[in-house]
Amino acid sequence: MNSQAIRDKVAIVGMGCCKFGENWDKDPQDMIVEAAYEAYADAGIDDPQKQIEAVFCGAQYPSKGTAEVADALKLYDRPVSMVVNYCATGTDAFRYGVFAVACGMYDTVLVVGFDKPKDRGVSGPSVAVTGVRGLPATPAGWFSHVAARYFDTFGAGREDLARIAVKNHHNGTLAPKSMLKREITIEDALNARMISWPFGLYDCAAQSDGAAAAIITRRELAKGYRDDFALVRGIGISLSADPKEDPSFDFLRWKPTEAAAKQVYEQAGITNPRKEIHVAQVHDCFTLTELLAYEDLGFCEKGSAKEHIKSGTFELTGELPVNTDGGLKTFGHPTGATGVRMIYENYKQLQGKAEGRQIKNATVGLSHNIGGAPQACGVCIIAMP
Amino acid sequence: MVGITSFGAYIPYLRLPLSAISGGKRTDGGPEKAVANWDEDALTLAVAAGIDCLTGIDRKTIDGVLFASTSYAFKEKQGAAIVAKALDLRRDVLTADLGDSLRAGTNALRAAIDSIKAGSAERVLVVIGDTRMAAPRSALEANLGDAGVAFLVGDTDVAASITASHAVTDEIIDVWRTEGDPFVHSWEDRFVVDHGYRSSVKEVVAGLLKKQALEPKDFTRLVLFGPDKRSHGALARELRFDPTSQLQDAMFGQIGNCGAAFAPLQLVAALENATAGDKLLLVGYGDGADAFALEVAPGIEKLRDRRGVRWHLKRRAELPSYDMYMRFRQLLATEHDRRASAGLSATKHFRDRDYEVSLHAQKCRKCSQVQYPHQRVCFTCFAKDEFDHVRLSDQIGSLKSFTFDNFAGSPNPPLVATVTDISGARLYLQMTDVNPKEVKLDLPVELTFRKIHDAGGTPNYYWKCTPAR
Repeated sequence: MNSQAIRDKVAIVGMGCCKFGENWDKDPQDMIVEAAYEAYADAGIDDPQKQIEAVFCGAQYPSKGTAEVADALKLYDRPVSMVVNYCATGTDAFRYGVFAVACGMYDTVLVVGFDKPKDRGVSGPSVAVTGVRGLPATPAGWFSHVAARYFDTFGAGREDLARIAVKNHHNGTLAPKSMLKREITIEDALNARMISWPFGLYDCAAQSDGAAAAIITRRELAKGYRDDFALVRGIGISLSADPKEDPSFDFLRWKPTEAAAKQVYEQAGITNPRKEIHVAQVHDCFTLTELLAYEDLGFCEKGSAKEHIKSGTFELTGELPVNTDGGLKTFGHPTGATGVRMIYENYKQLQGKAEGRQIKNATVGLSHNIGGAPQACGVCIIAMP
Repeated sequence: MVGITSFGAYIPYLRLPLSAISGGKRTDGGPEKAVANWDEDALTLAVAAGIDCLTGIDRKTIDGVLFASTSYAFKEKQGAAIVAKALDLRRDVLTADLGDSLRAGTNALRAAIDSIKAGSAERVLVVIGDTRMAAPRSALEANLGDAGVAFLVGDTDVAASITASHAVTDEIIDVWRTEGDPFVHSWEDRFVVDHGYRSSVKEVVAGLLKKQALEPKDFTRLVLFGPDKRSHGALARELRFDPTSQLQDAMFGQIGNCGAAFAPLQLVAALENATAGDKLLLVGYGDGADAFALEVAPGIEKLRDRRGVRWHLKRRAELPSYDMYMRFRQLLATEHDRRASAGLSATKHFRDRDYEVSLHAQKCRKCSQVQYPHQRVCFTCFAKDEFDHVRLSDQIGSLKSFTFDNFAGSPNPPLVATVTDISGARLYLQMTDVNPKEVKLDLPVELTFRKIHDAGGTPNYYWKCTPAR
């Protein structure tokens, strides 16, 4: 394997993101068109029918599959493919696009991630019972299984989680496209009703609808679109065993994050993530998921996250700001859209277009998703040339 | 001589104070009844009693299973077959269900005795479970309770030989329940007691004593079905047994009338306190009556480790409210009724029976890693198809992790979800019969067979963990 084969070969020249939220009045078509046309405009693409050569889509619960994107954008008579990979779906769709461009087959492709969970009529995930094993099947229940042993081993607790929720709620107030724009306090978080211990309401990401899109091209062609393009420095996906079945699991980490981070750091040549990455969007489906990501991504030593949370390392003003747009916490989590939305935020940060939440001199940004039991992780690093 | 070679019992963890039914003032130590948890039914109570009964016994030596209940969920689909699979018995066991009468439990005992006498089996497991319901807040409701009982019947190493039996049958409209009706009904109690209970019991006891040329004073204990405490004591006196020294306590105000399991459960309580040479008279009632004379043998001493009645009476927790009981029994409408959803795939169930009903894990022949659920390739050494089955249901596990899930749709939230290590395998299991305050890392747990949900309108069974007690 040649880990560096992908480094800086592919450029992002345009991105778009619709407003995330309970988009009762919008079809998937509406959100896909908004995101794609913003990306077209951003890239200066005026004739997508000619300029977009292939489409890579990501959605966890599409109603029609690839046709949902092709029909919305009228991008027919060319390759349109769809990826499903749990919460890493958006990142993985982007990854397929990157490899398709890097191999030289296509000059310019469109990546679209979207999901529309709010058409299901329930506020949480739907639980269709087809068996007796593996129940209860609630994501909060799954992701909370690391809590007891992690807390016991490293002395962290619900207040550390609350600080993450407070940070992300604050950051979300500064992001125009976030769903929740409301500051909360540590007390709000600690006193909210319990969803699945130790997760209270504010420890959980909201559910929302959304779509995000990217236009990518070979590095050599990027200048033809814009000067301030961003390069894909590394992108990886990794799967691990179901942590509820894995006989070797220690309940102190999420293995897929460690494995995906290793792939991507090798690709990007990163050895000291906290110094070499300037801004990060990590998967905060639950506050503890973000806490573990700090450690599993190597931003800090295993067990030390609580110290960094207290000292503000990951706040907007800290050494390595995380979830600068408020994360899943304030955007919600339309599964297929989230990974692409995170790359959108990093792209805006690297270009200096992140307004009130702008991180100074950020030239390297990391995004991270983890999902399923959780078993699947995607990590992507983009950087200015 | 044919007799009982082992026994077991199961009384649900939860008790409903009778004052909660009437809405009256609650007093500590007041009368109560044992009620099945929301994940229990007649079949799971029977399985739990069967597990107690088979403690230390090689399950491959069992030749037959008779399951008795008046409240088993299926009208067509055999309960004994589920019991046999849950208890991981041989495939060539004789199985049959007995039901439709309060006497189903003693009927099953009689059938087991006769099959052994006939030479068609050597060891037959009788399991009995009942969770009868009367209409909410009816007089009958306070009278009923839930329990399970099991006996292993054989003709070697008996703990109590069965020296005689007698039966009478009677056609009477005393208690009944028709298809589609969840509630048991009863005619006026004085009629039922005088012309059903007293009449049939006197006839069967007289018949047995006469056949064996025995007198009431020949018995150490009378183990007698009883519709209520007063009638129970009065009939014992009428039969010329001393209610104080001879009549087995029917645990009124503690468990309740547990239907087909009622007299058998009292027999377990009697056997717990019996010593070799004691003579017991067991009388079951329902559409007539069954009587059995038993003589306790020295083998009783090997059964002192059974949980039986004594242990289960001590293990108890009170249900906080009558509303909670109504939710458990699905007598209150809920927003998302799982019964309406599609339910299990029968083909998936068919493929997973060993793993999900018998709770088998696989042990790798190359690296010895025990793993769950069913795998083709080893988690640890990646060997392909090199597995032996191992039963986990009788092992003690420990909690690797847990959470309290308020979102999972339990009638008694939060639902305790765990990852439990059993022999090195990891199982994602719900925890039941537990106060959340008891839950901690590395807590030892045992396995219990439960109704995991009733999606599709049928009970669907799987294993849960509960603190090892």
